[in-house]
Amino acid sequence: MTTVRNFVRSNVRNPNAVAYFLMAVSALFFPAVVQFATGGSGDYLVGLAADGGIYMLMAIGLNVVVGFAGLLDLGYAAFFAIGSYTYALVASNHLGVTPIGHSLHVPFWIALFIGMFVAATAGALLGAPTLRLRGDYLAIVTLGFGEIVPRVFRNAGIWTGGVPGISALDVPTLPGWVQGPWVGQDFGWVPDFRFTSANLTAYYMLMIILIAFVVILVHNLYNSRLGRAWMAVREDETAAAASGVNTVSVKLLAFSIGAATSGFAGAFYGAKLSYVSSENFGFIVSVTVLAMVVLGGMGNIPGAMLGAIVLYFILFWLLPNAPGQMQGLASSLGLDWLNQSNPNGWPGIGEVVSRSKYVIFGLILVGIMLLRPQGLLPSQIRKQELTHEEPEALAAPRQLQA
Amino acid sequence: MSAILRVGGVTKRFGGLVAVDNVTFEVEEGEVFALIGPNGAGKTTLFNCVTGFYKPTLGTVTFRDRNLTGSPPHRTAKAGIARTFQNIRLFEYMSALDNVRLGHHCRMHSKLWDSLFKTPFERSEEKRITEHSMELLKLVGLERQSENYARNLAYGQQRRLEIARALATDPKLLLLDEPAAGFNPQEKVELMALVQTILKRGITVFLIEHDMKVVMQASQRIVVLDHGEKIAEGPPVEVRNNPRVIEAYLGKSA
Amino acid sequence: MAAMVQRLRASVISTPTASLINLVGLAIVAVALVATAQRVYQGGATYFFQTLGFGLAQGAIFALVALGYTMVYGIIELINFAHGDVFTLGAFISLALMPVFGLNEGRISGAALILPLLGLFVVTMLICALVNVGIERVAYRPLRHAPRLAPLITAIGMSALLEGVMNVWRGPFNLHYPDFLPSTQIPIGGGVTIAAKAVMVIVVAVVLMVSLTLFVNRSKLGKAMRATAQDRDAAQLMGIDINRTISATFFIGAALAGAAGIIYGLYYNSVQAFDGFQYGLYAFTAAVFGGIGNIPGAALGGILIGVIYSISDGYFTVSWTQVLVFAILIFVLVFRPTGLLGMRVPEK
Repeated sequence: MTTVRNFVRSNVRNPNAVAYFLMAVSALFFPAVVQFATGGSGDYLVGLAADGGIYMLMAIGLNVVVGFAGLLDLGYAAFFAIGSYTYALVASNHLGVTPIGHSLHVPFWIALFIGMFVAATAGALLGAPTLRLRGDYLAIVTLGFGEIVPRVFRNAGIWTGGVPGISALDVPTLPGWVQGPWVGQDFGWVPDFRFTSANLTAYYMLMIILIAFVVILVHNLYNSRLGRAWMAVREDETAAAASGVNTVSVKLLAFSIGAATSGFAGAFYGAKLSYVSSENFGFIVSVTVLAMVVLGGMGNIPGAMLGAIVLYFILFWLLPNAPGQMQGLASSLGLDWLNQSNPNGWPGIGEVVSRSKYVIFGLILVGIMLLRPQGLLPSQIRKQELTHEEPEALAAPRQLQA
Repeated sequence: MSAILRVGGVTKRFGGLVAVDNVTFEVEEGEVFALIGPNGAGKTTLFNCVTGFYKPTLGTVTFRDRNLTGSPPHRTAKAGIARTFQNIRLFEYMSALDNVRLGHHCRMHSKLWDSLFKTPFERSEEKRITEHSMELLKLVGLERQSENYARNLAYGQQRRLEIARALATDPKLLLLDEPAAGFNPQEKVELMALVQTILKRGITVFLIEHDMKVVMQASQRIVVLDHGEKIAEGPPVEVRNNPRVIEAYLGKSA
Repeated sequence: MAAMVQRLRASVISTPTASLINLVGLAIVAVALVATAQRVYQGGATYFFQTLGFGLAQGAIFALVALGYTMVYGIIELINFAHGDVFTLGAFISLALMPVFGLNEGRISGAALILPLLGLFVVTMLICALVNVGIERVAYRPLRHAPRLAPLITAIGMSALLEGVMNVWRGPFNLHYPDFLPSTQIPIGGGVTIAAKAVMVIVVAVVLMVSLTLFVNRSKLGKAMRATAQDRDAAQLMGIDINRTISATFFIGAALAGAAGIIYGLYYNSVQAFDGFQYGLYAFTAAVFGGIGNIPGAALGGILIGVIYSISDGYFTVSWTQVLVFAILIFVLVFRPTGLLGMRVPEK
C-alpha cells in the first residue's frame, strides 16, 4: 500500500505521468460514456475515435523523427500510403487481377507487420542517401517523396488499381489463441468482440491496445542509448560524431522507425476502411500530423498524443459540424440571409466555415511557434530550449576553425 | 616506449589554401605531447585530420599501427581517439550526466531490440555506464552538477565536462584543443593536475595550447607549426630556444 | 557545420562506389535524352516548336517564382513555403483589381491594353510585396535565433494560411482569368510558328529578370543584400541595416512572384486557390536545380524545368510529369546539392 502511495506521490507533479493517466482512463471509458450519452447509438463516434487513433500512432512516430532526432520529415504520409497499399496487396483479391494472377490473403497480424516492414525499408532506402544533407534539404527531399508516392500509386495502373484504388481488403481478425470461448459472449458495453462494420468498438479497443504497445516501445527507446544519441545529434552533430556516435546510422534509425510506425498505422487504416485510394495520402495528411506534433510539444510522447487528440477533434469533429451549427446559429438569430449564397460571391456562412480548414491549420502552426513554441505539453528539455532566446554571440555559426 | 600515433606527411588543402603542409611526427605512448604555433598555423586542421573530420589531401594517420586515414569521426572515436573542441561543444540541453553517458555510446552493446524491450542486458548496461559516468564526473569535480543542463554550467565546468565526456569513450589518446583557454592561473594549475591524473590512467595526451607556461610545464615533447609547416620538434627547452620558433612567434628581427 | 557536411560529402563523392552511382546517373540521363530525341524527331518540327514555346513560357514563370525562393534562401537560409502562395495571391489580387483598371474582357484589346496592364502589374506587385514583407515581419523575424525547424514550420503555416484565405475568399474553384493576349502564331521560318502569347510571356519575364540582376549587381541595396547573404555579422559591422535588407529581399522576391501570378493568369486563363503549392514546389525545384542562392541559376533552373515539364507532357505521359519533376528534385539534392550553377552553397 505504501509503495502505491509513494508511486502516486512521486508522479502527481509530473505532467507526463498525469497526462498518461488521464488519457488511459478516458480512453477506456470513452465507449461506455459515448454509448450512454447517445442512448446506445454512439457507434459512429467510437469509430471516429478509432480513426483518430491512426493519427495518434502517426503523431507518435513522427515525434521520433522530428522531436527526438530533429529531422523535418514533410512526406510522412508517403509511408502511411506504402503501409496501406502493402496491406491491400497482401490481404485482398487484388493480386489475382494483376499479372501475378494469384491473390494473397496473409493473416491480419502478419500483414500488419509486412506493411510496417515495407514502409521501414522504404524509409531506409530514402534516408540512406539523403540523411547526409543539411536539415532543410532533407525537408525538401521528403516533401518531394511525399508528392511522388501517391502519384506512383495512382499511375501504376493494374498493380494498384489506378485512380479507384483497391477495395474489399481483409478485415482484422483476432489471432487464433485469443479466439477462446469468450468470442461471441456479451461483454456489457462490448457486445460481441468481432471485427465487423457493425461493431466499431472492437476496432476501437484494438486501436487502444496497439497505441499502448507502441507508446511503451517508443518510451523505452527514448530512455535508451539510442534516445540519447538522437538528442545528441539534434543538439550538435559534430560533437556527437566526435563522441563516437555514427550520426548517419542513428538518424537513419530514427527515420526508419518513424516510417515503420506510419506504415503500421497505414496497414491498420487499410484494414479498417477495407479500401485504399491514392487520394487519401496527400501533403495535407503530412502537415496534419506535423501540426499535431508541434501543437502537442515536440519531443514529448504524451505531448504528441495530446496534440493528436486536440487537432483530430478540431478537424474531424468540430469543423465538419461547424457549418451546420453556424447555420443553425444564424437562423436562430434571425440572420437567415447569412445562410443564403448570393451572386456577389458570398457562398453562405456554412460554406465559409467549411472552407476555413486551412486558415485554422495555418493559425495553429504559426501561433504555436510564436506564442508557445514548446507546445501544449512540452518536454522538459524543449521547454527551456525553445523559450530561451540565444544571445547573439552564441547564435553565431559554430564551425570547425582551422 | 612506442609510437601510439603516427602522422605521416599529412597535407590538407582547401582550394588553393594549404592549411597543413606535409607534416610528419609521432606521439609516443604515455607522454604529453603538445602542438603549438601562431594563430592560423593549421593546428586545429591537423586535429580534424587526425579525428576524421577532415580527410587529409595527402598523407596517412596511423593509430596503434592501424591506418585511420580518412576514417569518419565515430570510427576514430571507437578506435580510441577522443577529443575536445576549441570552442566548447557540449549538448547544451542535456544534463551533465547525460553528456557523459552519451560519451559511452560507442562502447555499449545494447542493440535496437534491447532498447525496445528494455531487456535485462540493457538495464544492467545502463546501470553500469551511469555509475561509470558518475565516477568520471567526480574525477573532473562535477559530481554535484550531474543533473544540471550543460549550458547552465560555468565556463570552466563546461571545459571539464567536455573532458569527462571525451574520457567516457574510453580513449587511448586524448586530444585537447586549447584546454586552458580563458582559464585563470588557479584553474590552469587544476587542469595540469587533471592532465596528470589522465596520464596515470594510461591515456596519452596530445594538446594544442597557446599558454607557453602550461605547454612548457606539462608536455614532454612539442611540435611547432607555422603556416601549415612543421618548423621544430623536440623537448620544451630545445624548442624554446629554436631560432625559427622565435622568429615565427615574434616575426623576423630587424 | 554546413562546411563540415560539405567536406564530408566531397570525400564521399570521390569513393569508387559513389563514382559508380554517378555513372549510373549519367547513363540514365543519356538514355532519357536519346529517347526524347527519338520522339522529338518523329513528332516533327511544328509540334516541337509548339511544345518548346509552351515550355519556355512556363519555364519563364517558374523562373520568376524561383528567384524569390533563391533570394530568400540566400539571405536567411529559409525555405519560404509561403512564396508559392504569394504567387497565387498575385493572380487573385490582379483578378479582383481588373475592373478598377477598366480591364474588361472583350471590351478592350490591342494597344489600349498596355497602360492599364502596366498599372495592374505595378499595383499587384506592390500589394504582394507588402504582404510578403508582413509575413517576414510577423512569422520569421521573431524566430531568427530560434532552432532552424521553427521558422520552417511557421513558413508551412503561413502557406496554409494564405491558401485558406484565398479559399475562403473565392472558393476552391478554377476561376476564369481574362484572356487579353493575342492568340496569333508568329512564323519563324520553314513553315514553323511559335505562339505570340509565349513570346510575350518570355519577353516580360526576361525584362524583369534583367532588371533584377542589374539591381542586385549595381545598386547600393543590392550590394547590401549580397553582403548580408555572405556574412550577416560582418555586414552588420559595416553599418548595413540587416532588417531593412532582409525586408527588401522579401519585397523584391514577392514583387516578382506577384508579376508571375499575373503572367500565369494571362497565359493559362485559369487560377485556383491551391495552385501555389504545386507551382511553388516546381519553382523551388527550379531554384535547387540551378543552385539555391544563385540568381542566374534560378533563372536557368526555371527555364529547364519548364521545358522538361512540357516535353514530358508533350512526348510522354502527362500523369508521370509531376513524378518526373519531383524525382529530379530528389536526384539533384542527392547527387549535386550545389545545383547546376551553384559554385557556392551558402555556408553558415
